Amino acid sequence: MHPAFSVIFLTTLIGAAQGLFLALFTAQTYAAFKLLPQPDAHAFYGQGSLLALVLLVAGLVASFFHLGHPERAWRTATKWRTSWLSREVIVLPAFMGVVFLYGLAHWLDWHPLLMTLPGELPLDPTAILGVAGTVLAFALFLCTAMIYACLKFLAEWHSPLTVINYVLLGGASGFSLAAAFAAFTAPELVSFLAGWAAIITLLGLLGRSASLYRNARLKPKSTLQTAIGIKHPRIVQKTQGFMGGSFNTREFFHGQPVAVLRGIKWFFMLTVFPLPLLLLVSGMQGTVGLLVAAFVVQYVGLLAERWFFFAQANHPQNLYYQSIA
Amino acid sequence: MQDAKATISPLQEVKTTTCYMCACRCGIRVHLRDGVVRYIDGNPDHPLNQGVICAKGSSGIMKQYSPARLLKPLKRKAGAERGAGEFEEIEWEEAFATLAERLGKIRATDPKKFALFTGRDQMQALTGMFARQFGTPNYAAHGGFCSVNMAAGMIYTIGGSFWEFGGPDLDRAKLFVMIGTAEDHHSNPLKIALSKFKRDGGRFISINPVRTGYSAIADEWVPIRPGTDGALLLAIIHEIIATGLYDRDFLVKYSNAGQLVNVSESNDEFGFFVRTEVPTEEACYEPQDKLWWDRNTNRAVVTHEADADPYLLGEFTLKDGTRVKPAFQLLQERVKDYTPEWASQITGIAAEVIRQLAHEMGVTARDQKIELPIAWTDSWGNEHDTVTGNPVAFHAMRGLAAHSNGFQTIRALAILMSLLGTIDRPGGFRHKAPFPRPIPPCARTPNDPRGVQPNRPLDGMPLGWPSDPDDLFVNDDGSPVRLDKAFSWEYPLSVHGLMHNAITNAWRGDPYRIDTLLIFMANMSWNSTMNTAEVRQMLNDKDENGEFKIPFLVVCDAFHSEMTAYADLILPDTTYLERHDVMSMLDRPISEFDGPVDSVRIPVVPVSGDCKPFQEVLIELGTRLKLPAFVTPSGERKFRDYPDFIVNYETEPGSGIGFLAGWRGKGGEKSLRGEPNPNQWEMYQKNNCVFHYELPKSYQYMRNWNKGYLEWSQRNRITRYGEPILIHLYSEVLQRFRTAAQGKGLTRKPPEHLKKRIETYFDPLPFYYDSLEAQVTDKHKYPLAAVTQRPMAMYHSWDSQNAWLRQIHTHNYLYVNTLTARQQGIADGDWIWVESQWGKVRCMARHSEAVEPGTVWTWNAIGKAAGAWNLTPDANESQKGFLLNHLISEELPSAGSTRISNSDPITGQAAWYDVRVKISKAEAGEPEQTSPQFAAMKPYPGMKTRSSILAFLGVKPK
Amino acid sequence: MTQLALVIDLNVCVGCQACVTSCKEWNTSGSAGPMVDQNPYGPDPTGTFFNRVQTFEVGEFPNTETVHFPKSCLHCEDPPCVPVCPTGASYKRKEDGIVLVDYDKCIGCKYCSWACPYGARELDEQQQVMKKCTLCVDRIYDMTMTEDDRKPSCVKACPTSARLYGDIHDPESAVSIAIRESGGYPLMPEWGTHPANHYLPRRKTRIKIHEDELERADNPLKVDRQLPKPAMNEPTLDDVTTW
Repeated sequence: MHPAFSVIFLTTLIGAAQGLFLALFTAQTYAAFKLLPQPDAHAFYGQGSLLALVLLVAGLVASFFHLGHPERAWRTATKWRTSWLSREVIVLPAFMGVVFLYGLAHWLDWHPLLMTLPGELPLDPTAILGVAGTVLAFALFLCTAMIYACLKFLAEWHSPLTVINYVLLGGASGFSLAAAFAAFTAPELVSFLAGWAAIITLLGLLGRSASLYRNARLKPKSTLQTAIGIKHPRIVQKTQGFMGGSFNTREFFHGQPVAVLRGIKWFFMLTVFPLPLLLLVSGMQGTVGLLVAAFVVQYVGLLAERWFFFAQANHPQNLYYQSIA
Repeated sequence: MQDAKATISPLQEVKTTTCYMCACRCGIRVHLRDGVVRYIDGNPDHPLNQGVICAKGSSGIMKQYSPARLLKPLKRKAGAERGAGEFEEIEWEEAFATLAERLGKIRATDPKKFALFTGRDQMQALTGMFARQFGTPNYAAHGGFCSVNMAAGMIYTIGGSFWEFGGPDLDRAKLFVMIGTAEDHHSNPLKIALSKFKRDGGRFISINPVRTGYSAIADEWVPIRPGTDGALLLAIIHEIIATGLYDRDFLVKYSNAGQLVNVSESNDEFGFFVRTEVPTEEACYEPQDKLWWDRNTNRAVVTHEADADPYLLGEFTLKDGTRVKPAFQLLQERVKDYTPEWASQITGIAAEVIRQLAHEMGVTARDQKIELPIAWTDSWGNEHDTVTGNPVAFHAMRGLAAHSNGFQTIRALAILMSLLGTIDRPGGFRHKAPFPRPIPPCARTPNDPRGVQPNRPLDGMPLGWPSDPDDLFVNDDGSPVRLDKAFSWEYPLSVHGLMHNAITNAWRGDPYRIDTLLIFMANMSWNSTMNTAEVRQMLNDKDENGEFKIPFLVVCDAFHSEMTAYADLILPDTTYLERHDVMSMLDRPISEFDGPVDSVRIPVVPVSGDCKPFQEVLIELGTRLKLPAFVTPSGERKFRDYPDFIVNYETEPGSGIGFLAGWRGKGGEKSLRGEPNPNQWEMYQKNNCVFHYELPKSYQYMRNWNKGYLEWSQRNRITRYGEPILIHLYSEVLQRFRTAAQGKGLTRKPPEHLKKRIETYFDPLPFYYDSLEAQVTDKHKYPLAAVTQRPMAMYHSWDSQNAWLRQIHTHNYLYVNTLTARQQGIADGDWIWVESQWGKVRCMARHSEAVEPGTVWTWNAIGKAAGAWNLTPDANESQKGFLLNHLISEELPSAGSTRISNSDPITGQAAWYDVRVKISKAEAGEPEQTSPQFAAMKPYPGMKTRSSILAFLGVKPK
Repeated sequence: MTQLALVIDLNVCVGCQACVTSCKEWNTSGSAGPMVDQNPYGPDPTGTFFNRVQTFEVGEFPNTETVHFPKSCLHCEDPPCVPVCPTGASYKRKEDGIVLVDYDKCIGCKYCSWACPYGARELDEQQQVMKKCTLCVDRIYDMTMTEDDRKPSCVKACPTSARLYGDIHDPESAVSIAIRESGGYPLMPEWGTHPANHYLPRRKTRIKIHEDELERADNPLKVDRQLPKPAMNEPTLDDVTTW
């Protein structure tokens, strides 16, 4: 497929935002169980939510560049029964709303006790919003990933690994960001967050390696033989019916030589996993620079990872577009 | 797209006319909205295309509204070089005044100095008449560089030919053999027929170096080396005769197979048929005065004598001691050594495949006979209850024709078709009116330079059909009268002229200089010429006085072609949707097997800009020049315009024969012949622009010898003579030229340096020889044959301006057999050099398994000069597209220091497909651009600007 | 239930491209249009087409088959492009099975094109909506046209009538009979999309000539090889020797 930058930014930005929110609420939950010190709620949860929101808006803006008719985007919510894209379009603003309310509640210190749960756990609106946000964050990961994973003839995507990796890579990126953010706003949480970021990054490495391993061994289900219905071992396309390119040649081909593809793979395998791991571990003591670097390096790596994610997917329609004459 | 119910039919008005996106001439319906053409589809009520339409026809809109259209008459700017494209707009009055003055002077002094050559050959009735009225012999259409070998080779043998003149009857054929046919001529009717044929279970064999288009759906593809078809056909004839698979009855009655040929070498009549008496009058038919050797009485009798049955084989002695042999015996002797094994070496086709082809043809023809219950009477008065068909049909075209051995190859094909008994019979070859014609047809050129006189029409036709050396159009010293040297000893039977040599000859002044050259619709500085780069220089070349060697060059075309750049005067033609036009019986009509058909174009949209149909230009010029046909005896204008001319012109006063055969007579009640009908156009318009006269069934077959048909044809003045037209297995016409070259007989004799050539090639029986180019080529150095084909979605150079069609063929590749390419280290898509002994071209290669290993090929005329046809100078057509013409020479070295056209020595057919090439990979670092390149052309004044985004006319959906 | 479809006969398709441009021509002025062309007169011209004809070479010289292969939307019975559409712009009509795009609802997200394994959809670069073959839905129900004209433009144009059109759910329709009797097959059956359009394969006609059929009792050579007997009075051995 042709990697579209709008979608690359959309998925990486909201992935980081989802991860960041999950990091914030994980911290809050740990703190509620007194497993972590209580940070400055204004700064950490409030501004943190704002940061997540900014990323979400940026992702949303990027997504509009993908649309031919962004002014009709409101229509997209109608087909949630069948379309993961429609579901994403519903879940994304819901999640944004919850993140906003969650951040607002923290910002306004709005903690009326609603009830006390067993174990002396106080339940306030931020907890409910946090749970709702968590559910929505995972739902959003699911929707985004399923947009790709549900396309059964894109074998590279059609796998649970796609969902797992969207969760893990978004999570890693978000926790890395949370760690860096905490270095400014809640230094007491840095090692916790950086630790989790490192763990999720490690899991991400496993997940992504698994998908690379799987994809390298895929046997295409469709062949030129099934594409045109002629049984012969040697079929070569001579013309595709046009010579100056078409939507079919622009949308479904990355147009890069194999070497570039391989280079980008190694680049992201380095910049998404070992390098940030190193930086996170080194910065675990609160070295702002290292943590920021960890996030930035990992994010840049994720841009490459997402590019590769699209480029590697070989659409069966490409069988029909092999040669011009 | 919303639901259909929410939409309304977008079209408001439908008009019928005739397509001209190629030369096929299908009936079309043009649908308009607000006066703009929005949709063109096939007219279901038209006999030719029956409602279908091709890719080109469907893209007519993009031609009508093309930015390449010329919209103003243009004059080359004073001082500008030809080819530079520097023009200024002028008005028509200035153009006409300039032309009338110049041409008037030429006509009053030496009419030869005006030459008119037209790319289009379906307007010859008018263009030829104009030339004749003007008095110049220098006129031809494009047939000489197209397929004249096909027309001449078959008409000199069976009195008819393929495409407009006849074709395969696929409705009833069981076996169809297509040889050397690309996907062009007669395309829609052939496509319709092919699919029906295949669905009805017919077997389709394609013999072609390349498997594309029609060949793709053949049941069997027989790859053959280009230019060797003659060897294949002769070997098949060998096998047909050797196994007795010929139709004896057919040959005896309907060909000259049994006629006795004088074989006494010392005799002056050697090689001629023995005649009972000397004909008293010179007439254009064959008197039945030849002899058979009768089996029953064992003596010579006049052919077709009742109860006589001729020997086809053997040798006999007449009473006077003359040794004679039946023509069939001579044919058998001729093909004796043309064994399948022999042909296999030449063609690359296995001997067993050649035998299999012969057997399939012969057995199908013999065992699957068709008997139609149609009673008819033959020319000898014998009544037949049925019409018999031997259901083997052939179709062939330029693949056979465009070689310098094409004429004899096509003679072999026509003879093979005759041996199988398939001429004008169901399931075989069938004629289309006005064919068959006598062999040869009756039209003659003047045979003397005195036929050209100042201020007088030409004393004869500009083009004709020589029957002996005395019909040649030569000076007293044997030199050519015509600029293109047609009908001279160099190319005696050049019945369509040699347009491909007109420019070179005029430039060199050989045979003489001319003053004005008028080219209509032919891209002679690009894809319609051989030796393109040098011809471009000739067009701009000046003599020692600084005068152009071709002093005045007028081009009439509708589009910004490469050729228009060289014009001194450009006359902007209309498109086919803007003009009246006729597809006349006097020319190349669209007749069906069952009878004459002609058709018209009627404008569906107003003329764009300042365009004017070329027909109107000719009528106006003819009137201003006071050419007799266009003015009254007192010199007044006779015809208001072209439509008026078509209605009122008669070939002679009161002849009742005009350009159109339909709805003649005062009220339109007559067909074929009748007084002018003032409402003729309206009647064509009401009838889908087509007139179809269906012959009675008994006149639809066996027309060479069908008494009823021939008499009908005589009565309707389609022909003057009703004599039977016997098939010429043995060609006396050719023998007459050969005899002259041998210094015998009473006719003119060829000049010394051409004697050998005439004697060699004017063989009365077909024979195989290496092409003339191959004879002067080191085949080890140039191991490959290079040919072109016309793609189905493009008509010559004409459609690269078409925004839709050019997306299909944006540039071209050279197709090379995968193994051949790999041997040269050439990968699929590589840039390569293709080199002949005449030139070289850089282009891109594509591997193909569908091409014979000794052949490379490409699509014709996709490559363009930068900026031509108002494409941007960086368009693919000029940067990646290429022209094979750069590799082909228009002349070949000849005996002595003379040059001779790279053409068939008999007909002057341009030998496009004879070129031999070698290929090599381009060096790393060479530019990825075709070579040669030429300075980019600019748009001319008055043209529309080209858009960069096209949503057709910018109309938004509702 | 009706399922309209095309059945494309590869046995007679000569690759002439008539269906390609007649489709472009109708639809560019029909309700599906316009169909934009970019660089129409410049480098790499490209435009929206609903139908393309491609060429494949099968096998190796000299046993090569050249196959012309027209391809447009296959109007799948289970179209993967429809459920993924977030707006419902892509839909399959219940009444005739045609898969259509409502341009007014389409947001141009291209997701449906990703979900089509056949590459049958093209984004119109000017209108920024997804376009595809409509089976000329604005022709086939237009009662102002004659019955013969109420067919997709490509079907009407096709000179070899390689494009059959009709209801594949009606077992007696010409298309159903063609599929049944001439080996009609769907493309990429592995995805379970159940394309309504089918293709008919190449079919070969061969002639088998047995050796003993070559010569028949009425072989003309039997006649023609019989040359005249020498005249009685021509010299013979009888005249010169006595033995």
